[in-house]
Amino acid sequence: MKHFIVVVVLIAIVTAAVGFVLLPQNILPTLASEEGAYVDQLFSGYAFLIAFFFALIVVIMLYSAVVFRRKKGDDKPGANVHGNSVLEVIWTIVPLGIVLVLSGIGAVYLNSTLESEPDEMVVEVTAAQWSWRFDYPEYGVSSSELILPNGRQVLFEFESLDVIHSFWVPEFRLKQDIVPGITTSLRLKPTLSGEYTVRCAELCGLNHDYMLAPVTVMEPADFESWVTAQTVLEALLPEERGQQLAQLNGCIGCHSADGSPSVGPTWLGLFGSEKLLEGGGSIRVDELYLLKSILDPNAQIVEGFLPDLMPRVYEDTFSEAEIEDLIAYIRGLGN
Amino acid sequence: MTILSLGIVRGLAGQVIGTALGILLAVIVRIEMGLSVEVTEGAVIVGILLGAVGFMIGVGALKDWFKWMVRIETPLRHGPPEGKPAWTRYFGVDYSHKIIGIQYGVTSIALLFLAGMLALTFRLELTNSGLQFLDNHTYNTIMSTHGIVMIAAMLVGIGAMANYLTPLMIGASDMVFPRLNAFAFWINVPAAIIVAASMYVGGWDTGWTAYAPLSINAPLGMQFVLLGVFLVGLSSILGSVNVIVTVLHLRAPGMSLFRMPIFVWSVLATSIIALTATQLIGLSFLMVSAERALGMTFFSPVLTPGAVAIGSPAGQVLLFQNLFWFYSHPAVYVFILPGLGVISELLPVFARKPLFGYKWVALSSIAIALMGFLVWGHHMFTSGMFEGLRIPFMVTTMLIAVPTGVKFFSWVGTLWGGKISLQTPMLFTLGAISIFLIGGLTGPPNGVAVTDLFLHDTYYIVGHFHATMFGGFIFPFIAAIYYWYPKITGRMYDETLGKIHFWLMLPAFWLQSLAMARIGLLGMRRRIADWDATLGIELGQLLITIAGFAIGLSMLIFLANLIISAVRGRVAGSNPWQSRSPEFQIPSPIPEHSYAQPPVITGEPYDYTVPGSVYVSPSPASSAAD
Repeated sequence: MKHFIVVVVLIAIVTAAVGFVLLPQNILPTLASEEGAYVDQLFSGYAFLIAFFFALIVVIMLYSAVVFRRKKGDDKPGANVHGNSVLEVIWTIVPLGIVLVLSGIGAVYLNSTLESEPDEMVVEVTAAQWSWRFDYPEYGVSSSELILPNGRQVLFEFESLDVIHSFWVPEFRLKQDIVPGITTSLRLKPTLSGEYTVRCAELCGLNHDYMLAPVTVMEPADFESWVTAQTVLEALLPEERGQQLAQLNGCIGCHSADGSPSVGPTWLGLFGSEKLLEGGGSIRVDELYLLKSILDPNAQIVEGFLPDLMPRVYEDTFSEAEIEDLIAYIRGLGN
Repeated sequence: MTILSLGIVRGLAGQVIGTALGILLAVIVRIEMGLSVEVTEGAVIVGILLGAVGFMIGVGALKDWFKWMVRIETPLRHGPPEGKPAWTRYFGVDYSHKIIGIQYGVTSIALLFLAGMLALTFRLELTNSGLQFLDNHTYNTIMSTHGIVMIAAMLVGIGAMANYLTPLMIGASDMVFPRLNAFAFWINVPAAIIVAASMYVGGWDTGWTAYAPLSINAPLGMQFVLLGVFLVGLSSILGSVNVIVTVLHLRAPGMSLFRMPIFVWSVLATSIIALTATQLIGLSFLMVSAERALGMTFFSPVLTPGAVAIGSPAGQVLLFQNLFWFYSHPAVYVFILPGLGVISELLPVFARKPLFGYKWVALSSIAIALMGFLVWGHHMFTSGMFEGLRIPFMVTTMLIAVPTGVKFFSWVGTLWGGKISLQTPMLFTLGAISIFLIGGLTGPPNGVAVTDLFLHDTYYIVGHFHATMFGGFIFPFIAAIYYWYPKITGRMYDETLGKIHFWLMLPAFWLQSLAMARIGLLGMRRRIADWDATLGIELGQLLITIAGFAIGLSMLIFLANLIISAVRGRVAGSNPWQSRSPEFQIPSPIPEHSYAQPPVITGEPYDYTVPGSVYVSPSPASSAAD
């Protein structure tokens, strides 16, 4: 009986201490979305549940290891206990009940994250190795940064140009894979203005670690002015439009505009230069070569660079006019 | 005796010759077809596969079967090969389950060290933000290879325990299919070489999961991994057939299923999964292999020109994940069930008390094995799978906690009121329980779909599954090695070194797990070479690396202990732990044929507290001979 009381007291103490440490405010980053709140609520529930089962097993185990330690020279066996059917049934039924309740709450919360609000804004997200593009069909603007108004639900519609990616902003909590061939979606309603980062959470090849995009949640009025500013930018010179396209579509992820080395040849000084090719020969970089390389990147690779890294989708995703703008931009960076 | 009389040397030569012949053959076929003369990926596939066949022929794993085809009798001979020293048995095909068990064990430890060194390499890189000495591609290759080699190491380690212990524990003289047993071991060797070679032929960057379509575009190393894993899977299937038939067919007289040592139950449960699920990972990897080499469109949503020409539909990306996880989730239970079996086996010996609720523990293994088939979708909560399926998969996943809980409660029930002694095997057993507990308790937040949408693909998951694998396999495997070491070698390991190993490894692993989970919650993703300094995880990253190196150091101490004690350890005697299990009733090291006569089982396995109770009686014949 003495053992029993000591163990119960120890379990209570350990449960309280561990449970406190595990509370969401102590272990999770800032919360910035309404749907993410379900995650934090569940973590509040887990904290003491996990702490209790942790304490139950660890306390009994350590207590036994210390108190029921065999003394030197004591050859007598332990207590003659083979089992206890009542206990077995209890520790089958009670965890069963707990996991069913947890699953039930989880199911209700999961459905809540799918609920749509009438004024939701659609943002189309296009992911590619290794860039993000955000289109706002409601306003006709596009951006390589994710800008969101605080307090308005967003329906993200995801498409991938190549492999699987995953959209994750830790402060928004929920994530969604972006799967080539199908459109996936996720609803999030930002609740806290601030700066965050979209982090690709599904291994997507070479530069997966750097597949990030800045996120800004701003007050609705600021968002309106951002949209207006974006719309004005649409009337630009070809090379300025090209620069925008290069940013939006992640070209600059692999082709720097400042001469720094990267996965693909830098564009600074590229146009008009003489380049050696993989497999022999050389070429002068002109409009025709750039066009060919955008449409069929493997055809003529500059020496020192690898094949198969550049997506072969641009014939479909760019219009002819857009490709001309891009070439104009690259030409402007040339000699 | 020449170097060529060692089977493994002939095997390696056979692999080199087979690979070269395979590539040559494929190139000749290309020439015959009027195609350009080049070594395509298809040619490499033929080379890899013929290389494996070459190894198996060279090592002699097919010899008896070839002889049977031409009706030559091949008696099963035991003992050292004629005209060669006894140690050469370990380097060639031998049909004794005890030799094969050691071959599996040494291979497993070698692979654990290889995978561990890869881990320490990229942990060093991850200590600081920014790229230190690896580039992204090298990091991806090393990280991916670490994962797949660890998985192979665990499967081989399970082969070691299952093959060495199962016949001994059921009172049989060997496994039921000795030649199949040798084949199943040796196929792992060319397979491991093929997987390790992947790092030198362009690498690969998909993680061990090899998700399509990334794996379809990955460098050539990917193909080596796909085929190497296929061969390891073949070993797993053949090994499990052998275990199941052996357990059901060769038990000593009087050993009913519920009188088997509890470890045998866990091996039986694991073998049921390995026999019936492994095909799915083999299938999914072969499909990726064919999609890469032949342009078949199984998984890629983009049609190849060939597929367009024949009007084939586009591939389904999520199909790969369904096929892959249908094996790879149950595989988790393949890894941990034998480990949990070791825990249940050792606790009664060191607590001098019966296993609490033997039948519940035995049946919980079977329950976990069967329920494990219905939960694969929980790896796909974020994948874009049909939303309505997420809830049933969540429920089945959470239900696994029930039989797992039964094991935990039975373990503490066994300890309570025992007479506990804390030698190294017991320390590792208790350590395993504490670590498996971290793995178990970090599990339900992943199982509940909403919170998984936050946790999926973060370092929290890395912490969770490393705790599950270390608690469910690595720690019990180490406990088992210490526990059966005197039985295997006849000598005792060094207790002080064993304790140093434990007290270095356990705190280090705890620290590593908790720090991994912690930085994952703060936003650290899985499988990234460089991380963002703004996350506030510098300390966590540093601690994980330090803990990783402490674990590595402790494993070196372990290895030194095993090697030194084999020569210098004190003679252990037949039953140093006063165990009731059959293998401890015969001399150490165990005689060639283990039991001169099958023992007779006359009691319950763990009745340490029942005066006069006997589990294993010598057989009537042998006692008459005494």
